[in-house]
Amino acid sequence: MTALLTIAGVSKRFHGLVAVDRVSCDVMPGEIFAVIGPNGAGKTTLFSMIAGALKPDEGEIAFQGGRIDGLRPDEICRRGVARTFQIVRPFPALTVEDNVMVGALLRTADVGRAAAIADDVLARLDLADKRDRVASSLTLPDRKRLEVARALATDPKLLLLDEVMAGLRPTETDRMVAILRELNAQGLTILLIEHVMRAVLALASRVLVLHHGASIALGKPADVVREPAVISSYLGAEAL
Amino acid sequence: MPVDVYLNVAVSGLLTGLVYGLMALGLSVIFGVVRVVNFAHGEMMTIAMYLAIVLFQSLHLDPLVMMVPIAGVLFAFGYALQAGLINPFINRPEHAQFILLVAVALILVNVLLLIFGPDARSVQTSYAYDSFALGPLIVDATKVYAGAAAIVVAAALFAFFRLSYVGKAIRACADNYTGALVVGLNVKRLYALTFGIGAACVGAAGSMLVLIIDVTPPLGPQYTLLAFVIVITGGLGSMPGALLGGVLIGMTEAMAGLLFTPSAKSMFAFAILVLVLLFRPQGILGKRAS
Amino acid sequence: MMRRLVGRVAPRGLWLLGALLLALMIAPHFANDYVLTVLILILYFSYTGQAWNIMMGFAGQLSLGHALYVGLGAYTAAALYVHFGIGPWIGLLAAVPVAMAAGAIIGFLAFRFGVAGVYFAILTIAFAEFARIGFDHVAYTGGSAGYFLPVAQYAHNDLWNLRGAPIMFYYVILALTVAAFVLCRLLLRSRVGYFWLAIREDEEAARALGIDTFRYKMIAVVISAGMTAVAGVFYAFYYNNLFPEQVFSIARSIELILAPIIGGIGTLFGPVLGAFVLTGLSEGMTDLLHALGFDIPGAKQVFYGICLLVVVVALPDGIWPWLSRRLGLERRR
Repeated sequence: MTALLTIAGVSKRFHGLVAVDRVSCDVMPGEIFAVIGPNGAGKTTLFSMIAGALKPDEGEIAFQGGRIDGLRPDEICRRGVARTFQIVRPFPALTVEDNVMVGALLRTADVGRAAAIADDVLARLDLADKRDRVASSLTLPDRKRLEVARALATDPKLLLLDEVMAGLRPTETDRMVAILRELNAQGLTILLIEHVMRAVLALASRVLVLHHGASIALGKPADVVREPAVISSYLGAEAL
Repeated sequence: MPVDVYLNVAVSGLLTGLVYGLMALGLSVIFGVVRVVNFAHGEMMTIAMYLAIVLFQSLHLDPLVMMVPIAGVLFAFGYALQAGLINPFINRPEHAQFILLVAVALILVNVLLLIFGPDARSVQTSYAYDSFALGPLIVDATKVYAGAAAIVVAAALFAFFRLSYVGKAIRACADNYTGALVVGLNVKRLYALTFGIGAACVGAAGSMLVLIIDVTPPLGPQYTLLAFVIVITGGLGSMPGALLGGVLIGMTEAMAGLLFTPSAKSMFAFAILVLVLLFRPQGILGKRAS
Repeated sequence: MMRRLVGRVAPRGLWLLGALLLALMIAPHFANDYVLTVLILILYFSYTGQAWNIMMGFAGQLSLGHALYVGLGAYTAAALYVHFGIGPWIGLLAAVPVAMAAGAIIGFLAFRFGVAGVYFAILTIAFAEFARIGFDHVAYTGGSAGYFLPVAQYAHNDLWNLRGAPIMFYYVILALTVAAFVLCRLLLRSRVGYFWLAIREDEEAARALGIDTFRYKMIAVVISAGMTAVAGVFYAFYYNNLFPEQVFSIARSIELILAPIIGGIGTLFGPVLGAFVLTGLSEGMTDLLHALGFDIPGAKQVFYGICLLVVVVALPDGIWPWLSRRLGLERRR
């Protein structure tokens, strides 16, 4: 099976500081792939490079066989890679429904059809009853789900989630995990950056651990959390 | 055309440019610290110019002598404007702040029109027709005095920001708003102070400029625009940049007036603005925003 | 299309709009010439306000040099009429593309080079000023001395050449305003409209959703410029004289944006309401002053400034959002 997303020897430097150091990995279609590591490990930088917000200094990123490194964010989204933001960015003055419709209109110019797609997505993300609420009036968990809904409406093959669990209480985290599992079961490949280990262990089929920009472990979650390097750099012995 | 004509025009432009630079300095200081785009900048200068004219015509006081009190009046005005009207707008979207100042500018220009009428007014000092001769150079005395005054005020301003406690506090606010709050600086008061200082600059520049040109109310918007061109060209937030930009624009204006028609001189200023905005938006001496 | 036009609007809103339209259509029968000219002015500002609103209210780009497009439209059509006898309706076909090209140039330069926000506003001012000074030196269109359209008698209304009595101009500008309103409504409810709102709200987030923001900002600028040029053509044939100092002046650009800001940026009815309130009040005020024996130049502008100030400070979204809530016209929350 060929990889959906290929990251090959990608590096990024900021004025002499190496943020990402020759990282390589493949994301297979249908899997949930997690990237973890302490703050400053380079997760967000890597993420930004995949999403097109930053250009790698070295290496290549390919999606469905075609190179995407160096493309603009909107071009990458059009190819089928959607992303959420760590600090959620809903369109504040627009309603929940309109927010999602903006996403849906990527794939169809017809407003009616976009509305139908939005309806479907809102139902899947459990936001249907809030469709007419203005986005700025939503609570944080709802905004997070809106962020995911909006990205989902663009009909992506790969969904990039940037710390989507941050700020959520355990029950809300479980709800989001259930939604993501459901989406994945329906065929969506997910790449997520996460700190909330509860979610990582519940969702991920494979985990990449970054530290000081470099990859220190890659494999199944149960194996990775036992590796000494991972424990000493990030998890701490108590995590076990 | 003989070389001395070019030289005279260039020097004349340079001296006028210094006054422009002082005016733009005020704008740069305000934007650099308070981050508000003062669209009423030229209008404030016009107020100062009319003040100078009224004082001259009623009390026969030389504008350069009156420069300090006029600057003082403008300081108070600027302080009140910031403290009263603009401070609540600090966290509003950029275009809301801008439009607020557009409204203020609109009111100021037309109040001046109401009071003084549309006719041009000027100040004729005793030395209005004097000039200094230095070899082939013949320079108007008014321009020399104005230029010199501009340098003095600018130097005083530099010294204030580098050496005084308040000046450093203001620079701290500009560098790091939250940090300034954390160390206990009263940022809102410092903002008002800064706006007052910027206004005082413009007031001083007005007192000088009134020696060189005639005043009409529509001068306000024209000079607001000019101030923006200078500040953007020289570098937003850079004080030496404002002076440099002023001199550049002053000389360009003068040369354009000589080589082409006088009315086309502003076109050059705008052409420069467009080029700077496109190719070097941080200006000549500005720092590139990260 | 009708569903797109009227769908999701409260029925009460449609009735009010219909009533207003009806009133405007029969107004000339009850109004004297003076009131008619005021109404023409109100509708003119409603129209230009709608056009500007597309750039600012929908796409979020602040233009303070919109007089450029009015002027380009006016001078193009006027020149074609004076030099070649070409009527305004044909002249439109040249005037609109000229303004659209200017808008495209400004948009391209600004958006390619990342000039945004206040810097963009200043750029638009610079271009308008450039045109103002430039046209002062173009002898072909009269230069600073002014460009004059030949004025025939007002005995009969020549719709083709737009020569005639105020009542003819009234219906023309009314038709234009209605057309602009309908166009804006359709645009807003189409994909272009949604993308514009997204760009206005958060350009980076919009890009992350696959929107080519450069393209859609350009579309907004070009449509806004073209629409404004039509107002320019109307202006030329209504006033019959053009002076660069007046037509391209920054005072005109500011005048143009007052109605939509006061009425409500980003709303459909805002520019119309703003024009009624602003022009209605200011003309009324000028009337009052005249009646009391005062002739004060600049009083109107001070009034404009104060209105703008009050609205920006107290009702930042404009009067219409506040009013429509009072009238119960908001969609269910």
